[in-house]
Amino acid sequence: MKQTRILMDMPIIVEIIDDTVSEDIFTKAYNYFDYIDKKFSTFKENSEITQINKGKISKGNYSEDIQLIFSLAQKTKKETNGYFDIYHNGQFDPSGIVKGWAILNAAKIIQKAGYRNFYVDAGSDIQIFGKNSQGRNWQVGVKNPFNQNEIVKVLSLSDKGIATSGNYMRGQHIYNPKNDKEIIDIVSLTVVGPDIYEADRLATACFAMGKEGIAFLENKKGLEGYLIDKNGLATYTSGFNQYVANIN
Amino acid sequence: MKKYLLSGLVIFGFLIYSFSRQDNNGAAATLSPAPASSVNNQASLVPMGGTMKTNMMQYKNGTYTGNLVDAYYGNVQVQITINSGKVSNVAFLDYPHDRETSIMINTQAMPYLKQEAILAQNANVDIVSGATQTSLAFIQSLQSALNQAK
Repeated sequence: MKQTRILMDMPIIVEIIDDTVSEDIFTKAYNYFDYIDKKFSTFKENSEITQINKGKISKGNYSEDIQLIFSLAQKTKKETNGYFDIYHNGQFDPSGIVKGWAILNAAKIIQKAGYRNFYVDAGSDIQIFGKNSQGRNWQVGVKNPFNQNEIVKVLSLSDKGIATSGNYMRGQHIYNPKNDKEIIDIVSLTVVGPDIYEADRLATACFAMGKEGIAFLENKKGLEGYLIDKNGLATYTSGFNQYVANIN
Repeated sequence: MKKYLLSGLVIFGFLIYSFSRQDNNGAAATLSPAPASSVNNQASLVPMGGTMKTNMMQYKNGTYTGNLVDAYYGNVQVQITINSGKVSNVAFLDYPHDRETSIMINTQAMPYLKQEAILAQNANVDIVSGATQTSLAFIQSLQSALNQAK
């Protein structure tokens, strides 16, 4: 059974293969995303994060989820040498870390209900568990950044998270007017990790590092990456090939 | 027709958005069409999946600021400049903060990594991973700026 809903400004797809599946688990999962949106959206007047930013909630009264996200953000900040920071201009914006975390939590809700073979895909960042309908690992395509209708890699995944960061370009060049240097460097970075929380936060962080992002990933245990540059040349980490599906 | 224009603008602006992250001085980037492009050189914006037939001369000159939109990864707000009826620049007044600052990176691993040219695959897949999330907020902010330029 497969369902799609638009929440948090993106399509969220849940597919569960187990034959015991019923409608209410989808409702539970989508309700969780709705809860996350209401708590963490900096654009909702009544969200806890907005209330914190307005000084209306004191530190001692933060909810458990807010405290947890703040500590995860702090951890990520350290890991990326201060690169990842949720505090700017006197305001907290933890959204950079909330998405992957929320996908993983929604997947855990589905797991707790007894399901083993499913995925949760929020805006193309995916948590995968178990096997697909043919009893094989889930076959995951990496989108061609130059042609949205194509895939350039097929990965075979089970119990993993996969996230892609990037932007899609074609036929255009962007230059820095100060030094006339082309500033387009990389167009897409896909990260496979032990779960979507790890994959997503590292995909976001490493994409912004440009070509060095793939080197950063190479040095991270349990994380593999596939980086595509503006010329359609891909650079990948040494362990990436273990996930590439044999499609012939 | 508007949709094509918008999708072209989205590609254009989103590129500048993404790569202005690496230009920490916040300098506005400029754009030039690729000479080898099959698209009419008159149009500086290329719509996804088709040739642009839109008459680009439909906006009033000036600078317009779009709405601040929540991209969930952070906020996105664009400012467009219209010259000779065309969008001549898209500047980002706000963007997800987690991409802002620079970082020290261990690049020692770089020489050992393998490379390959990407190749379209013919295969059935269950799911597709790609980048989409911030573009929706970009479209919304851009649309509100363009509405003011009419």
